[in-house]
Amino acid sequence: MSAAERTGDVTSVLPEPAQDERSEFGDSAMLGFQFLLAVVVLFMWQGASGRLVDDFFVSNPIDVFRRLYTWTANGSIFQHIAATIYETIAGFMIGASMGVLLGIWLGMSRFYSRLLNPFLWALNALPKVALAPLFVLWFGLGLESKIALAAILTLFIVFINTYQGIKDVDEDLLDTVRLMKATRGQLLRKVILPSSVAWIFTGFKVALPNALIGAVIGEMIASSYGLGYLVQLSGAQFDTAGVFAVLFVIGILAVILNQLIEMAHSRLDHWRVLNR
Amino acid sequence: MSMIELASISKTFRQKGEPVEAVRNLSLSIGEGEIVAVIGPSGCGKSTLLNMISGLYRPTTGRVEYRGERVTAVNTSVGYMTQKDNLLPWRNVRDNVSLPLEIQGVPKAQRERAAEELIRRVGLDGFEEKLPSELSGGMRKRVGLARMLLARPETLLLDEPFGALDAQLKLAMHQLLLSIKEEYGQTVLFVTHDLVEAITLSTKVVICSRRPGTIRYSRDVDLPFPRDVLNVRFTEQFGEIYNDIWEQLRQEYKEDRL
Repeated sequence: MSAAERTGDVTSVLPEPAQDERSEFGDSAMLGFQFLLAVVVLFMWQGASGRLVDDFFVSNPIDVFRRLYTWTANGSIFQHIAATIYETIAGFMIGASMGVLLGIWLGMSRFYSRLLNPFLWALNALPKVALAPLFVLWFGLGLESKIALAAILTLFIVFINTYQGIKDVDEDLLDTVRLMKATRGQLLRKVILPSSVAWIFTGFKVALPNALIGAVIGEMIASSYGLGYLVQLSGAQFDTAGVFAVLFVIGILAVILNQLIEMAHSRLDHWRVLNR
Repeated sequence: MSMIELASISKTFRQKGEPVEAVRNLSLSIGEGEIVAVIGPSGCGKSTLLNMISGLYRPTTGRVEYRGERVTAVNTSVGYMTQKDNLLPWRNVRDNVSLPLEIQGVPKAQRERAAEELIRRVGLDGFEEKLPSELSGGMRKRVGLARMLLARPETLLLDEPFGALDAQLKLAMHQLLLSIKEEYGQTVLFVTHDLVEAITLSTKVVICSRRPGTIRYSRDVDLPFPRDVLNVRFTEQFGEIYNDIWEQLRQEYKEDRL
């Protein structure tokens, strides 16, 4: 065993920007290709619309962007975006914290996890969006029912990941730390949580787009604001350009949210390696 | 008074529904300050033995006593170095070693100083900031050793502690173990496959039979302390002990083959 040899592979362990060596193109070149692809698709759409397919059904990019421009110029879109973002984030926060707590509790308690297991599976199998009418009854037509829908979608995903993460903790590590006279709280803080952080975070990553879905669907069912309402309204008025415009905004929102959580992830990774 | 008392213990596991008897009717008494080496074929329940003394497993029948009291929960008076290194992968060497003191609530500066001292003694200075994944198997073992020693347990349980080390490092670790034992007077029970190591370090060697494990032979090693871990093996007395134990071991392995 040579120390120099071992330290040699240290660099490969440290996080470095993902650079696939097999790929011949760099990140900026790929960005260029992606832009190009988008432009080609838009041109084909524009070309096909009104010629190959009825404009009524597919609208066309120019109309869609005109609609976006109008909404942005008169500012009407912003209150809808703000409402959707607010419901998504609030629902996500509530659902994620409840999911983590539930996951920790059941992950650490054999009795309750066995007791609740069939019920949780049954609840999880329910299409959560089918709860929307119930939530409207319980929480009213306001923001609360949408937040509840976003939260319930988040909760199950985060719960299942947290639970798995805690079940995945190495029993031997726990025994080792138990022998050091660790209390249950110390086991949780020093072994269980750090070891399940990656699982929990994966849960967050999957859950956030679902929180957005929950918010939008909630708005579609009963609301007078939000992007879900707007897409519903545009559809009801046979305004295809409006529908596409809202879809475009929702897409952008999803990309931004995903970007945010990626940033938080790399932050956390960094912190975990440096401060633990 | 004996420190560790195993009174006719047996341990049966269920493996895929099949009962597997790891240890049968084993009795062993270890006095305070003794260094006992357990040697024997693979899978003879040596690790199971340590797990029972540390209270991680309960025997199926029989009693495990520690300082005259029955072990019914995790025995926190022992330091246990398992075969697997069991380091926390997200903590660097310093934070892994200082974990026992962190759990006892020792202030950061103080526990880090103590940890660094032990890291130096196991020859890992300069590696404090490395994560376990960046170390070799032998280095991880030494981190585990340092971590165990830091808590100053009164009894050390070591499961093949020096197996992954090269010959030179092994000698250095033998020396370290004996000098720490001389300083603090711990009781030590260790499992090994290496007869020279067993005799060099111990005051008593115990031969474990193949599964279901029980004690076949036990012999005191009355070589004087302090021992020179390199040269003690060349003494006449060592040779005698070695031949005697080897003869017993040979029979055990011969039966194994039949």
